[in-house]
Amino acid sequence: MTWYVARRFLQMIPVFFGATFMVYFLVFSLPGDPIQALFGDRAVNPTVAAELREQYNLDQPFLVQYFLYLKNLVTFNLGNDFSGRPVAEVLAQVFPVTIRLAILALLFEAVFGIIFGVIAGLRKGRFFDGTVLIASLVLIAVPIFVLGFVLQYVVGVKLGWAKPTVGAQAGWSDLILPAVVLGLVSLAYVIRLTRTSIIENMNADYVRTATAKGLSRPRVVVVHILRNSMIPVVTFLGADLGALMGGAIVTEGIFNVPGVGQRLYQSVLRGEGPTIVSIVSVLILVYILANLVVDVLYAWLDPRIRYA
Amino acid sequence: MPEYRRDHIEHYVAPIEETPLQATDKVAEDVQPLSLWAEAWHNLRRQPLFIIASVLILLIVVVALLPGLFTQTEPNANCQLANSDGGPAPGHPLGFTVQGCDVYARLIYGTQASLTVGIFATLGALLVGGVLGAIAGFHGGWLDSVIARIGDVFFALPLILGAIIIMQLPFFRENRNVWTVVITLVVFGWPQVARITRGAVISVRNADFVTAARSLGVSRAAALVRHVIPNALAPVIVVATVNLGIFIVAEATLSFLGIGLPPAVMSWGNDISAAQVSLRSNPSTLLWPAAALSVTVLSFIMLGDALRDALDPKARKR
Repeated sequence: MTWYVARRFLQMIPVFFGATFMVYFLVFSLPGDPIQALFGDRAVNPTVAAELREQYNLDQPFLVQYFLYLKNLVTFNLGNDFSGRPVAEVLAQVFPVTIRLAILALLFEAVFGIIFGVIAGLRKGRFFDGTVLIASLVLIAVPIFVLGFVLQYVVGVKLGWAKPTVGAQAGWSDLILPAVVLGLVSLAYVIRLTRTSIIENMNADYVRTATAKGLSRPRVVVVHILRNSMIPVVTFLGADLGALMGGAIVTEGIFNVPGVGQRLYQSVLRGEGPTIVSIVSVLILVYILANLVVDVLYAWLDPRIRYA
Repeated sequence: MPEYRRDHIEHYVAPIEETPLQATDKVAEDVQPLSLWAEAWHNLRRQPLFIIASVLILLIVVVALLPGLFTQTEPNANCQLANSDGGPAPGHPLGFTVQGCDVYARLIYGTQASLTVGIFATLGALLVGGVLGAIAGFHGGWLDSVIARIGDVFFALPLILGAIIIMQLPFFRENRNVWTVVITLVVFGWPQVARITRGAVISVRNADFVTAARSLGVSRAAALVRHVIPNALAPVIVVATVNLGIFIVAEATLSFLGIGLPPAVMSWGNDISAAQVSLRSNPSTLLWPAAALSVTVLSFIMLGDALRDALDPKARKR
């Protein structure tokens, strides 16, 4: 187990350096003045330009620049956004909201995904199974921003069951509707994954043994089939937590949720290059860490991985 | 061993007079065994899902190639603000956009951009990921590790975040068109294809027929191209088909965020994005392009699903 975790950890290191290096390389070393590029067509205030040059150490050799940027990144010295606030301070304010949103979305997709997936798997080939399969395909096919707009319009505006936009005070209950939208696409994947996994395990020898021992059907399903079918699902859910945080940009934009995604969305709209680079770098960090946690979780759940 | 469909032809391995005939080994010796592809086609023809998806895709391709066949209205010529957000009128079955343009005509003409992005991004990812994955799987060793690590780096960037970074670059910002979006999607789409290809190639690499070809003097490269790749193609095609749909959604998402296709290009993503402002007063201008997009993506995903069922013998047994 320790060896496995250590190996995964070592494998993460080149990925971390590779991904951050790529972001930095793309933004700061391609032809053209990077500072001008960050501002698009607008004229650059010389003071701001000088400050940015200093912040990104553009007078140093490239590799030194990159390592100084990494140092700034891990010490959360992320510079200021266009309104003069430190990006680190902004992130500290918006991250809790996005974490809340991602947790709610994860809960939603886990609970409903596993329930629907298990029922569909146990009734493979029947009407319910077919309906769930088609519905999950539809969920994958409809872009998340369309789902967002439609639910915002129907649930928020027409029915009035939830606030259509969230606003500054993003409490747990305000975030339910955005979380449902955020989790819908992953819900489809959870359903399909659970279903396949259940079907695979239903015909396993140990299930036949359990039934032959005279165990009741509910006990066979819950204790024997379900427990063994959950391994790939839990792995997917873990990896999805990182993806949800990064993917929240569209949902947060639609529902006006004051989270990381919306901050990024605004930066994109305003063309705030330096802020975009900082936020994306932090999100990549979160994503990589989430994947590492999942790998450890995987080893803990499945002994076959642990000893491999 | 594949299960033969033509059950009515019954032969026995060896017609031995002394022992009574035993219907144990049913092998039709005079019939050529169906190849993987022939058998897949045999199964596919009976699947309603496959037929529906194929017909829809065919229709969408025709619309993209010959939009003039489906509408007489020029999508941008007669936009009149007097018609802004108007409902259906004679000759304009789906009503008008905020700018007073015909929704139906824009829908028809927008097919091309979305489909072009999807098809070329898929082809590009297939080319880059397929070649790198095949080399990694066939060569193994250090080359495999290097390619796997490079793929991991791109995998570590969620698509939207990576696309945001790329679209900020001077070159991409100044030349925003269908091809820059295609390049962005390929950059972040190839690692998945590479992983699948690598796995498929490894499972075929050590098969007897490859060893036989090699011992007959076929070079490594020729063995890879002529024997390994054709037999490892099935899972790659399935992933590519599903990806085509996912790429179309990604293009729409990028356009929606304002970093995909420039507003001048007619595409479903841009139309949906433009319709946001009138969502509450006239939701149909948003729903029609969204529906067209969803049906297209759904067709490709259904096609991929049907192909997976037909090409994967393990899945078929269940």
